[in-house]
Amino acid sequence: MTLRLILMLGWLALGLALAASPARAERLIVSVSNHRVTVTPNYSGEELVLFGSVEKDANTSANRTYDLVVTVAGPRADMVTRRKERRFGIWINTDSRQFLGVPTYLALFSNRPFDAIASPEVQRRQQLGLNNVLLTQRVGPDYADVVPDDAFRSAFVRLRKQHGLYREETSAVTFLTPTLFRTGIPLPAEVPIGLYNVEIKLFADGALVAKTDTAFEIVKVGFEQFVATTAQQHGFVYGLITAFMALMTGWMASIVFRKD
Amino acid sequence: MQLYLPIADIPVNVFLILAMGAAVGFVSGMFGIGGGFLMTPLLIFVGIAPAVAVASVASHIAASSFSGAISYWRRRAIDPLLALVLLTGGTLGTALGVWTFTLLRSLGQLDLMIATSYVILLTTVGALMFWEGLRALLRARRGGPVTTRRPGSHVWIHGLPLKMRFKRSKIYLSVIPVVVIGLIIGFIGAVMGIGGGFILVPLLIYVLRVPTSTVIGTSMVLTLVTMVFATMLHAVTNHLVDAVLALILMVGGVTGAQFGARAGQKIRGEHLRLLLGLLVLAVGVRFAVELVIRPEDLFTIRETGVTE
Repeated sequence: MTLRLILMLGWLALGLALAASPARAERLIVSVSNHRVTVTPNYSGEELVLFGSVEKDANTSANRTYDLVVTVAGPRADMVTRRKERRFGIWINTDSRQFLGVPTYLALFSNRPFDAIASPEVQRRQQLGLNNVLLTQRVGPDYADVVPDDAFRSAFVRLRKQHGLYREETSAVTFLTPTLFRTGIPLPAEVPIGLYNVEIKLFADGALVAKTDTAFEIVKVGFEQFVATTAQQHGFVYGLITAFMALMTGWMASIVFRKD
Repeated sequence: MQLYLPIADIPVNVFLILAMGAAVGFVSGMFGIGGGFLMTPLLIFVGIAPAVAVASVASHIAASSFSGAISYWRRRAIDPLLALVLLTGGTLGTALGVWTFTLLRSLGQLDLMIATSYVILLTTVGALMFWEGLRALLRARRGGPVTTRRPGSHVWIHGLPLKMRFKRSKIYLSVIPVVVIGLIIGFIGAVMGIGGGFILVPLLIYVLRVPTSTVIGTSMVLTLVTMVFATMLHAVTNHLVDAVLALILMVGGVTGAQFGARAGQKIRGEHLRLLLGLLVLAVGVRFAVELVIRPEDLFTIRETGVTE
């Protein structure tokens, strides 16, 4: 696993070096409206706004048109997708697939359909669209992503989409002027807490010309979050308190409703 | 009023949960049972994950059985020695149950296991109770003897070694069947999120011949301790006990139980058993139907761990 990771990082570094080698003609400057989103118990969803502009230097042609893809990825987690099948007349979980280190929240926004932005090859390499994003599965002893129409992968994406946690919108990025752009980042009520990475990629004539990233953090506050963290981190104390609470309630009831 | 449940991770209507607690409390007060076998399914039907429902109901049952146990203690209707022997089996059974629960959860078969055990246990027990209630009712109508007590013949259970005298219950009995019964109740209680009172009481009466004067109080002590223990174990190993949910259920439950107990005194014993049998049977059938019909979505996702 570690070796694989090092190899992957190596390739990534090489890719970055290659991408950076041609003289940078454009530069991206971006900012999100809020770097720290607090989720309170009655939070029912919010939308962050990402603003940015394309800075050109003297030797880029003035009338070059740009495409923009924004990828927002939430904290990563391992997840299991299970499939029910009918066995002996009842529906039971039979087959399952494990997804390793996949984003709990994933949003891909662009100014026009990915097919219009770049070739399928570039789309795959740059992970444009939910079909091209790398979702690592454990397949037997190996780790790999599978074809987009794989039953487990598509079910996984579909279920995440139903909860608003995975989304793909190819008209969400708007160019206010040829170089100034904005997009909304909707965060539904059930957003996972943690650090969110925002990656902004600029394309021109089907090729990546610049990219940058930023981040924001989602923190939950309030009593509910306190309870949840305590349950997770101090199970014993939490259990004691709950048991004590049960006994107190029972005892109170026996006093309040005492008949004699 | 909507409230977000921190562990169940869903928003619920407080009054709905409170009403459910009160309704189940009413039934449990009426029949003198914990009501876990109704509460857990209700929570599951409302949309709470079965694992969270089972773990949280344990603390709810602890609360209701504690208030019951206190009043039985005041009336000296508890056999402390019998309770203690039952508990040695009960705590072991609970630990085994929570361990099984954790194992099944990691295998992804917990929900199925909970559902099938409900189907099997509730339909059998429900049918038996219903049948027994019906027979008693018919006998009463024909004017025959109403006694449910069997003739005092010696069964093989009474021939087992390690005999012990349980003074308050006035029985002389081997500890082996007592420990085994405690073990079974502890185990199914932890796995299914039920106190097990509705199985324990008939077992104590028919198998161990515990007199009716001490049977309910003693069974409540067993329920209380195993459920407190189960709450602790579920909280430590699976982190699934939702304290907010449990508190709402408790408050509704203990209140409902008081009114249920009053209503129960107005109904005849045979009718009560018949009704309870029907209720248990209905819940079992409901679970069976759920297993057989095709689920809306064949796929489910569960988070198994956070990667940094």
